[in-house]
Amino acid sequence: MESFLFLMHIYVFVLAIFVGFELITKVPPTLHTPLMSGSNAISGITIVGAILSAGLEQFTISTILGMVAVIFAMINVVGGFLVTDRMLKMFKKPSRTGKESK
Amino acid sequence: MRIIIEITYLISSILFIFGIKFLGSPKTARKGNLYAAIGMLMAIVATLVDQNVLTFEWIIIGGIVGSAIGVLLAVKTSMTGMPQMVGMLNGFGGGASTLVALAEYFRLNPNYPVESGLPFNLPIDTGIAIVLSLLIGGVTFTGSMIAFGKLQGLVTGKVVKYPLQHPLNLLMILVVLAGGVFILLNPSNITIVLVITGISLVLGVLLVLPIGGADMPVAISLLNSYSGLAGSTTGFVLGNNELIIAGALVGASGIILTTIMCKAMNRSLLNVVMGGWASAGTSGPAVESTTHKGTVKSVDAEELAMLLDSVSSVIIVPGYGMAVGQAQHAVRDLMNVLEKKGVKVRFAIHPVAGRMPGHMNVLLAEAQVPYDKLLAMEDINDDFPNTDVVIVIGANDVVNPAARHDQSSPIFGMPILNVDYAKTVVINKRSMNVGYAGIENELFFYPNALMYFGDSKDAMSKLVSEIKAL
Repeated sequence: MESFLFLMHIYVFVLAIFVGFELITKVPPTLHTPLMSGSNAISGITIVGAILSAGLEQFTISTILGMVAVIFAMINVVGGFLVTDRMLKMFKKPSRTGKESK
Repeated sequence: MRIIIEITYLISSILFIFGIKFLGSPKTARKGNLYAAIGMLMAIVATLVDQNVLTFEWIIIGGIVGSAIGVLLAVKTSMTGMPQMVGMLNGFGGGASTLVALAEYFRLNPNYPVESGLPFNLPIDTGIAIVLSLLIGGVTFTGSMIAFGKLQGLVTGKVVKYPLQHPLNLLMILVVLAGGVFILLNPSNITIVLVITGISLVLGVLLVLPIGGADMPVAISLLNSYSGLAGSTTGFVLGNNELIIAGALVGASGIILTTIMCKAMNRSLLNVVMGGWASAGTSGPAVESTTHKGTVKSVDAEELAMLLDSVSSVIIVPGYGMAVGQAQHAVRDLMNVLEKKGVKVRFAIHPVAGRMPGHMNVLLAEAQVPYDKLLAMEDINDDFPNTDVVIVIGANDVVNPAARHDQSSPIFGMPILNVDYAKTVVINKRSMNVGYAGIENELFFYPNALMYFGDSKDAMSKLVSEIKAL
């Protein structure tokens, strides 16, 4: 039964890779940097594992490792999403839809 | 409760997918980023209410410290420093994966911290996932830090060669794999786990160190992919589908960008990772000058302003030199004065211009150049013959016509911007120095080429004031 579960995870992994390929091949070069920093922030999902490790009932080495992992993942998540937003804010609308007239 | 948590993870995964989907268009990209951030928040909250999470002080401390550093980095970084920033953030993601894998290993080990004498039955799938997390996470962590150092100028941006480079790296990977097998058989052996971790960290340094500055777009994309894969392997360690999905999305994204970058340089990934353009087979005489030595014509700002006074179309080709000189605002001013004169101004962006994918686009967006004026290579390459003046700012190898016809050139076959087909090409550079590929650019000697020497920012500002003075 254990290995069946593992197989299900592989299943999910493979399908997600395909979804990823489908989504990202369409991203125009202009957005490659924000795509990278945005997806980078998503990879900070390791925060889930970090929280589980840092929140164990007993204080062990796992707690310390977990806490450092929380710091790392949080930098990744917060820094990643904020910096992506900062970049995307700058992407100005095409000139013909306004502003250009001056 | 369990079911609610799982459903939250599912919704969070869906938000990630939509987030990335919306990142695919400039109009929706900001919304996409927000969706992904909400997804992340949901995942964090769901995890906090997990029944296995019982003490919160360490999580809170870590969360506050990490968020503070994250905010600081995000706010302080300049747009020119963006490649470093992305590189560093990648590293933290990878580092977190390594730490979680280690923490999970120690949690599962019944003989730590006190010898309990209990047998340690590490399931084979968890064991494999832990070893892979340590390897990929470790390589991502130190590799990204080296990439950061290179981009920040703390570590040399040159191609670094060291003795026995390839055998050494191969040996280290083999040791990690052997150690992995050993751990599956003797799970209690902490030393081996630490050795695997240590070697992975060293491997990250050794793998990225040889990669030269202009190959950084590939390195950063690849590390981006690794950071995703590290997230996935952590998902396998914990048996958490959301980590697996999110990691796979990022892994796929990184791989696609890596492929695009490699194609744009007409090189294989292996060639880039092995380090150095010069080693790309053509180990013959590195200097292949003299063949097309002609006269180089140089112009000053005033002459150039006069030339630009009577044209109708201009294409600007920015390169890493524009980023180094922080010239994006001056370039925008140039665009504005030219447009005021009724000149059609567009930008041609080579995929590997700069130090990471889309680097030029971000800089020009910062200077408020509308993104529809930035054209990708394949969209603009046919327009060069109908263009009066092309202004190349701090780009070199990506406009070298040798790539089209000179089979002996190391860059032969690389897709380039056909700037030489324009009526006049103006090249702004600080000197006649060679570009990253270490070869002379025959374009500079072409009859329709004009060199405009100077620092990119100064040169463009001067040009703008000369045009205004006309």
